[in-house]
Amino acid sequence: MAITYLDAIREAQSRALEEDENVYIYGQDVAAFGGAFKATKGLSERFPGRVIDAPISEDAIVGSAVGAAIEGMRPIIEMQFADFSSIGFNQIINQSATQFWRTGVPCPITIRLPSGGTEGSGPFHSQSLESIYAHYPGLIVMTPATVEDAYGMLLEAIRIDDPVIFCEHKLLYYHLKADELPKTILPVGKARIARAGRHATVVACSAMVHEALRAARELAEEGWQIEVVDLRSAKPIDTDTILASVARTGRLLAVSESFPWGGLTAEVVSRVSAEGFHLLDAPPQRLNSKDTPIPYHPNLWRAHRPTWQTIAAATRNLIQL
Amino acid sequence: MLLARTFEDKIAALYRAGKIVGGVYLGRGQEAFSAALGMQLDQKHGDVFAGLIRDQAGRMAFGEPLLDSARTYLGSAEGPMRGRDGNIHRGRPLRGMPAMISHLGAMISVVNGMLMAKRFRGRTDVVGGATIGDGGTSTGAFHEGLNQAAVERLPLVVAVADNQFAYSTATEHQYACENLVDRAIGYGVRGYRIDGTDLEACLEAFAEAIERARRGEGPQMVVGKLLRLAGHGEHDDARYIPPDLRDKPFGGDCLPLARERLLDEKWLSQDELDELVTTTQESVDEAVARAQSEPDPNPFRESWHALATKHLAEGTLPAD
Repeated sequence: MAITYLDAIREAQSRALEEDENVYIYGQDVAAFGGAFKATKGLSERFPGRVIDAPISEDAIVGSAVGAAIEGMRPIIEMQFADFSSIGFNQIINQSATQFWRTGVPCPITIRLPSGGTEGSGPFHSQSLESIYAHYPGLIVMTPATVEDAYGMLLEAIRIDDPVIFCEHKLLYYHLKADELPKTILPVGKARIARAGRHATVVACSAMVHEALRAARELAEEGWQIEVVDLRSAKPIDTDTILASVARTGRLLAVSESFPWGGLTAEVVSRVSAEGFHLLDAPPQRLNSKDTPIPYHPNLWRAHRPTWQTIAAATRNLIQL
Repeated sequence: MLLARTFEDKIAALYRAGKIVGGVYLGRGQEAFSAALGMQLDQKHGDVFAGLIRDQAGRMAFGEPLLDSARTYLGSAEGPMRGRDGNIHRGRPLRGMPAMISHLGAMISVVNGMLMAKRFRGRTDVVGGATIGDGGTSTGAFHEGLNQAAVERLPLVVAVADNQFAYSTATEHQYACENLVDRAIGYGVRGYRIDGTDLEACLEAFAEAIERARRGEGPQMVVGKLLRLAGHGEHDDARYIPPDLRDKPFGGDCLPLARERLLDEKWLSQDELDELVTTTQESVDEAVARAQSEPDPNPFRESWHALATKHLAEGTLPAD
């Protein structure tokens, strides 16, 4: 019985609701409808009163989660799309992220963001915002790339006493499958070596891990062994694992679906340059989406984001530097 | 009210003497309206009070210790915010007093969430009070918050202090309805329109609003008309406020008005009032002196991480 990335997210929420009476889910269309992507399908029936439909008010949705957390609840907020979290941006970065530091009272909320581009979604249903939220102190940002991590990291996110921004990739929802749910996963905060290699390190997260793995398979046929590191979280970043990888390969390419100015890839490159300069045989490289809003038309969209082809090309270039 | 006014006068004086770090924002003119809400709520019962910048009186009436105020303004490391936030951004969230953020309207939904949590635990008899000014009602956050409270039928009492000015902006640039209470119908909540300078009227209105909320009648919106009797902050001389507004009915000072009433009704004698003024001043002086004698926060003993989950914090962590 194959379990999809989305099933895993639903299962994690179901288990959390069952094991902890303080957990509840709040978001638009999450109750009887089961959520825009069906991530909460069946949960409001199984847990009456604990899966609640919200008005289209992302600011109040997040603000109320903070208030509930102050009183000891553990709310899971489902944003319908990551892109709409910008309406609740103030409450996320200024209310939830500062609560513990300012008052000493923890803020154990989980905000699920259906993230990333899919064909035809356009500028406002495609964004990857891990870089934006990672920038603000007081937030944990998770970017699961596998079915196992979607399950295990979401469970962990709910248990963590800090606000967790949980970036789920929409492309992975229905297409990524596993045979069974994991009993344990790597701890949050550790990156995973998705593919061992020697000639270059490609660091990626979320859907880009799969693009990088495909690029690595392609390059293997040309005789190059590419090591792929799955970050698993944008904050914290597992700098040690990245440095250890670059120690083995000497070459670094950081890949992300985010926009090119700053962000996750710049952060990775900056850390390796500062702390692992002596390990590098070539200047570290970055590959991001283009510096425009995310296009609607599939032709434009496919050219806008990194793909296995552009990752392979960038890696070949890196190897030759 | 007297305690709030006395304390704020002292803080304002210290500010002008350069002894306060950061801004000072006074509730002068709003003490009756604010104190009435704070007094009619019941902290021990589990009620919540989310005050903003002009709610010194309300916070004190609800149960915030004077020393918390003094310590926060004077930057004592022993204050509730430990120097990490200051002046009116203080609070004790676990005692029903969430610490405000600067963005107006944002605290309404936080109170909503606290009430939702209490409801999950079977406590439907607690009330949350949230304050806001006329300017604050213009924000999207206010709209979302009040609408959310109404949809969820939460026991929320919103106290709108219509003090005529948001910083320098007069109400004709802030809202187009006749009176802010007209919005209550739009939200599906009960509205009250009162003289914000009259302590008795405020006490009665909040008593009723809180009682109705507690009984499950949903959010209540109390709009008090009054006049801000200070600048936006103490850095602001408020020269944009026309002096003749002081002579209008809403321009009165609630403290002398209350004092007159107390004396007229013979609920207090002049001697008792004088005594009250003296002991209040002494309390304020003592609290301020104590806060001033306490140590400032030490940057070398700060943990410099913002997560409760320490092992996930980045950067170096000195021993806590």
